[in-house]
Formats: sequence, C-alpha cells, structure tokens
Amino acid sequence: MHELSLVASVFEVLEDEARRHGAAKVTRVVLKVGVMSGVVPELLLSAFDMYKKGTLAETARLEIVPVPVKLRCPGCGGEAVREDTDFSCAGCGSRRVEIVEGRDLFVETVDLET
Amino acid sequence: MTAKTITVARDLLASNKLAAAAIRQELRGRGILGVNLLSSPGSGKTTLLETLADRFRGRFRMAVIEGDIETERDAERIRSKGVPAWQITTGGACHLEARMIGQVLGDVPAEIDFLFIENVGNLVCPASYDLGEDLRLVLLSSPEGDDKPAKYPQAFLSADALVLTKADLLPYLPFDPARAAAEAQAIKPGLAVFTVSAIRGEGIDGLAGYLVGALERLRSGLA
Repeated sequence: MHELSLVASVFEVLEDEARRHGAAKVTRVVLKVGVMSGVVPELLLSAFDMYKKGTLAETARLEIVPVPVKLRCPGCGGEAVREDTDFSCAGCGSRRVEIVEGRDLFVETVDLET
Repeated sequence: MTAKTITVARDLLASNKLAAAAIRQELRGRGILGVNLLSSPGSGKTTLLETLADRFRGRFRMAVIEGDIETERDAERIRSKGVPAWQITTGGACHLEARMIGQVLGDVPAEIDFLFIENVGNLVCPASYDLGEDLRLVLLSSPEGDDKPAKYPQAFLSADALVLTKADLLPYLPFDPARAAAEAQAIKPGLAVFTVSAIRGEGIDGLAGYLVGALERLRSGLA
C-alpha cells in the first residue's frame, strides 16, 4: 500500500539517469518486482500513471517483470525457483534455505531520448 | 532525436537500506538491542510493551519509538510506565522508514538496553522496511485466526520470532497455536515462537528471556 512512495523513488532514479545521460525524456521503464516484495504490480502501474503527468516521463510506459522466489540451499548447494510459499530445497528437502531472489525492487532499465 | 536503453539495476529501497545500516551500526556501538514489532492493528503490541516494561523494571532499561498514523496515545501509555517514548505520527503512511527512526535516535538515552520500535499496525508494508533493528518480532493475536501466516508471508518471512498474543482468549476461539506456529515455521524455518497473555503475564518470562539472550549475544559480539 505504499506504491505511490515507491513510484516517487522510481522518479528520483529517472531524473538522476536522465541528467547523467543528458536526456530530455524517458519513454520506457522496466521494473523488476520480487513476488515477495510486498508490492502489488497493478497498484504500481496506476501510481506511475498518476505520478508521471507533467514530468519528463509523461509519455513513458512502465513494464513490470515479476521476479519469482529463488532459493539457495547451503546444505547441498542447490538453487531452485519456488512458486509457492513452501520454502524448502527442491533437491534435498532441507528447510534451511536462503532466499536469494524475489524480495527486491529494482529499476532494471530506462529508455531515454536525447 | 535518439533513443537508447540504459541498464541501471538500481534498488528502489537503497536509501532505506543505507539509513538502516547506519542505525544498526550506531545501536550496536552503543550496546543497545533494537527490536522492531510488526502486527495488524489491535494485536497487542503496546500492551505487550507495557507488560515488558513492568517485567524489566529495575533490571533492564528500555525506550520505545511508537509509530502510528495519528495521535500520541501509545507513547503516553508507555511513558506512564516510566519508560521514555517518542511518537512518530506518519500522517497516513502505512509503515515506518529508517530515516524516521534516524531523526529521533539522537534523543534516545545512551544508557538503555532495549530500543523497541512499535511499527504502524499493518501486517503488509512494514515487512519491506529495515529499520536497523537486530531483532524483528511479529505478533499474531488469537482473535485474528491461525491461518494468517500463509496469507501474509512477507511479514513472517522477515521475522526472527513470532509472538502469539491474547492467549487468555484461547478457550473461546478456534485458534490453534500449534497450527499458527507450524504455518509460520513452514515459511521461516527456525522462527522462535512464544505464546503469551500480556494482561495475565503468561509466557512473558520466556519472551523476556529470549530478548535478554539476544542482548547478551549482541554485547558479546562487541568484544
């Protein structure tokens, strides 16, 4: 439910990257959203469309790439993507696993027009 | 006019993570255990802190940062126990962020043992924000139902311990503490579980012992 403040962080990144590359316009943004990040993609999309009016990204399209949970097992060294919340190793069944992907929020790429 | 795709790979929570790391370093340097409390509204976070204040009185010193959307009510309840408390009113924001904690950290007395941070009542958003704590407790009260861990996995995944509160109501409710614990531990293996009644004091010794153990580990790591 804090998607609007996350979108404000997206715009800080966009403004910074546009300045750094001397760009006047952002035309596309790709966000990687972990399925365990606690963020709802639909709300991010509507917050982005609300926020972009009158900015350098006024015509930009936001694309969201969901990132599934990826587990690493320190016991057997296995790595696997997990679709449900049963966080155990697919290889050896151990419950002592680390979540290596699927909790983060990243701005992956931005398309800039100069 | 030329268009190009730039790979940036920038973390949206990077500024919060940085602020949290600075808080963690400062608290550890002062030998203070930071504890972040997460739960739905009305799960008994403030009542649990009142009971811990009574339990620790004369043995350990604590301070509390209260997060709420509006009002000083929770900080006043804690202060009436003789415990220093600061109220952060977020004015609508659904969670506390590390930067907000950083703003009051300078006022927190150096000689305390525990700094409790009571997050905004919300089982979703606070899970994503590291506040620089060393221990995260998630509370689940018996009236909420024992099926919540699988419905709100992020909160349980991010926690170190689960506190099942309002155990005094268990005779009247279909809440099964074993089921809640098993569901939460399926999400977070090794999650410590405590069943307590803050108003009757049941189970508080176990939780207090766990907190003191974590404090001692933090301090022994300082040597």
